[in-house]
Amino acid sequence: MSGTRLVQRTRWLLFHTAAVFAFLYLPIAVLILYSFNGEGVGGFPPHHLTLDWYRVLFADGAIWDSVLNSLQVALAAMVISLCFGVPAALALERAQFPGKALFRRLVLLPLILPGIITGLSLLMLFNVMRTKLSLMTIILGHGTALISVATTEVFAGLQKLDRAQEEASLDLGANYWQTFWRITVPNLKLPIIGAALLIFTLSMDEIAVSFFLIGRDNTLPLEIWGRLRRGITPEINAVSTIIFVFSLVAIVFWYRLRVRSEGRAEAVAEIVTAMEGDAA
Amino acid sequence: MFSRAYKATVTLPPVIWVTVFLLTPYALMFCYSFWSVSATQTIVHSWSFDNYAQLLRVEVYWQTLLRSMWIAARVTIFSLLLGYPLAYFLSFHARNKKDLLYQMVIIPLWVSYLVRAYAWKTILGSDGVLNTLLQYVHLTSHPLEFLLYSPFAVVLTLTHIYTPFAFLPIYAALEHIPRNLVEASHDLGATPGQTFWRVIFPLSIPGVVAGATFAFVLSLGDFLAPLLLGGPSGIMISNVVVSLFGAAYNWPLGAAISFCMLLLVVGLLFFSERLEKKWSFS
Repeated sequence: MSGTRLVQRTRWLLFHTAAVFAFLYLPIAVLILYSFNGEGVGGFPPHHLTLDWYRVLFADGAIWDSVLNSLQVALAAMVISLCFGVPAALALERAQFPGKALFRRLVLLPLILPGIITGLSLLMLFNVMRTKLSLMTIILGHGTALISVATTEVFAGLQKLDRAQEEASLDLGANYWQTFWRITVPNLKLPIIGAALLIFTLSMDEIAVSFFLIGRDNTLPLEIWGRLRRGITPEINAVSTIIFVFSLVAIVFWYRLRVRSEGRAEAVAEIVTAMEGDAA
Repeated sequence: MFSRAYKATVTLPPVIWVTVFLLTPYALMFCYSFWSVSATQTIVHSWSFDNYAQLLRVEVYWQTLLRSMWIAARVTIFSLLLGYPLAYFLSFHARNKKDLLYQMVIIPLWVSYLVRAYAWKTILGSDGVLNTLLQYVHLTSHPLEFLLYSPFAVVLTLTHIYTPFAFLPIYAALEHIPRNLVEASHDLGATPGQTFWRVIFPLSIPGVVAGATFAFVLSLGDFLAPLLLGGPSGIMISNVVVSLFGAAYNWPLGAAISFCMLLLVVGLLFFSERLEKKWSFS
């Protein structure tokens, strides 16, 4: 094996890697940099570095209302997804029932399906049921679509779980309810917390489904969307920068917490294996 | 070991929920696609294939669908070209920097999709960052107009967004390759190139298929990036659907297109599942 060729290959790979990272981070860097730009969102070089846009942002009631709406939606969606996603994972791992294969596919479908299809089909449902569009309909949409995340995370956790503990608990006279809360849930703590964080962030960021289910009150992404259509100011850069910083804090928190669950990345990898049919 | 009651308790609630909020809406979409709209803008619940016939007949729907698939195909190819070597480098050459670099690929996913598309808009616009930079260093004297409001802008932005999605399953597949296979290949006299093409690459194909499916399906259905950056020449099929559900007010026709997209996606998933099974080595 020729050493110089190997070095050349590695050098080429190193260059490629650096270029991809530059591509991935360029818009984020621009976004943050221009949130301090007094002259607006374009123009090189940036002029008059200022915190004015952050001042404008903090005085902007509509944005903060939408942030509150988004937080409510994300929390409620998280509760729905976990309430149905955790049992769904248990059902997929432990029960046999007619239509199980179809059920598995249906649960996972919203993950890979473009949001527009999920959003529109729910819009038709609410229309037929004469339900008025509101934050509630967005919550139902997010909650339903994100069951998939809870199910994949918890299902992966279940497969690594040693059943002997549950068996012992049942043998020693605990009922199923006690066993579930005292043995199953504590053992699945990490996947459940991981799923919860993931659902929360995905919901905070979601726009394709919300786009069709929105009533009078905006979520943050839809508020931003509305502003983008009216003309753009660095205020949007400022609010995005703040959210990015919060997300980074959440990542660090998650990273510390993690022992084996690898967060969003592994979630995607697990979704892939789940879709390959390992869940059957 | 689990009683019938336990199984029923964990099975019934999610099955009922999924039936009401996923299965029923898809079925409803299917029903809608056979209905029509009257002159007074109410939905007529009479069944016919008119909407599907219209899709076949009216050229603009076909062209838009084909253009969307072409945009999605380019996004997929670019995401793989960017994501595969990145995954390979991380898995085989990054040594102790592996975890850090891996996290660095994930971090952009935490910046809102919408916000990243918007950032590209501020970069590519005629008085955007890139054009003013080019003029600042005197490479161009006029703004390059093709950068924004073009299929180019849509492909660039979607590639940016879906490269991490293509990367993740490829990286997972590469990480699962037993390293002793690679060593064995070296020991038996294969060059690094041969080792890559005959051992590593074939074993990573399931990851490539999964990554390609993610990138293709998600970019095919996108409607926000085209609205924001595409201009008239970058319109995609979902934009047509959005307008049919909005200003054009023809839900049944929109439902027909959506249902075709749903079938296309499910078909692709089925196909890629078969491919992954065929190429997986375990």
